[in-house]
Formats: sequence, structure tokens, C-alpha cells
Amino acid sequence: MPRKLSIICVSGSHERLQMAGMIASVAAASGDEVSVFFSMNALPHFVKDASADAPAEGKFGELMANSAGVPPFRQLFRFAAEMGDARLLPCSMALDLLGLDEGDLEPELAAATGLTAFLAETADAQILTF
Amino acid sequence: MNEVKTIDARNTFCPGPLMELITYMRQAEVGDTLELLSTDAGTANDVPEWVKKVGHELISSEQVEGVWHLKVRKAK
Repeated sequence: MPRKLSIICVSGSHERLQMAGMIASVAAASGDEVSVFFSMNALPHFVKDASADAPAEGKFGELMANSAGVPPFRQLFRFAAEMGDARLLPCSMALDLLGLDEGDLEPELAAATGLTAFLAETADAQILTF
Repeated sequence: MNEVKTIDARNTFCPGPLMELITYMRQAEVGDTLELLSTDAGTANDVPEWVKKVGHELISSEQVEGVWHLKVRKAK
């Protein structure tokens, strides 16, 4: 029985984006139905041509940034979408505040989604917030 | 069919080796065997778990000189 998993990414820190990306990729590739909602400081990391770096919260973020062989978080989310059909949903409010639209985002992101629609669609899902 | 393809995911960290395996698994034919090489200790537990969950077949798992060798047959 596939599980429904909703991941809400709010923080722009390396550690939190990495952990969210790890969970999204493994869950989606294991057959779970995964939706990821990107808002606040997380969303600018998915704007086209944005820096692949995210600021470290602490020592672990620095350790990951300096270790070859750690998959970059954007690659993890892309993998979740391509291999596991995860839906990567940009928050419409955050896009409005940034003055951007969907075309400004990386192509693996799906249509802009409002919080009301996201909560309705994921009412029966387990929700994790990063 | 029955081709054994080796995937070298040494020196990558979780979930890199699993991602590599899944990527090649998608491209493989049913009945093909893939051998994943990993130096990430967690992979030795995670890959069998994933294989069981999605319904493929774990043929063998052994550690040789610090490298895990996991053989998986695509079952569907």
C-alpha cells in the first residue's frame, strides 16, 4: 500500500534541504506518493541559475559542502520527480512575493500551488516540515 | 538477459548508491542482474530493504576489503 507523504520545505539551510531531498528521493523511488511544497527561504534555491549552494546551519552543513560524494539537494529532488513521480510544488504566495512565475523555476518544478489546495490534496498524507 | 552489470558507487554517500542502483534498474531488462559496489555502510542495509519493498530479488550481499558488493536481479 503506497504511503502518501507531504514534505513542506521552508528553510533555505543546506542541512534541511538535504534531509528533505533525501527523504523525498528515497520515498518516491520506493513507491510512496510524494508531494513537496516549497515556500519561504527554500524556494529561491529552485530559481533557474540560482547558486547550488545553500548556507550551512552548522558544522554538518559545512561537512557536506566540503565532501565529494554527497548528492546535491537539487539532484535529490530532481531524482524524486523523475524516478518516483514526486510532485515538486512551488508556493504561489512565495512566487508572488519574489515577483517570479513558474517559468523562472527549474523545470522539474510543477505548477504554482496555493496553500489551500496543497492542504486539501494532502489531507490524508503524513506531513513532514523542514 | 542475465547480463551482470557492475555499478560503481564507491565513495558516494547515502542515498547516492541507492539512486545509482535505481537509475540503472530502470534501464535493465527483467531478469538482468546488477552488482552495486558501495563503501557506504548504510547501503548494505538500505538496498535490501528497498529491493524487498519494490519486489526485486537480492541475490547476494558481501563485504570484500571494505567494499560492499550487492547483487540484485530485476524481477519485474
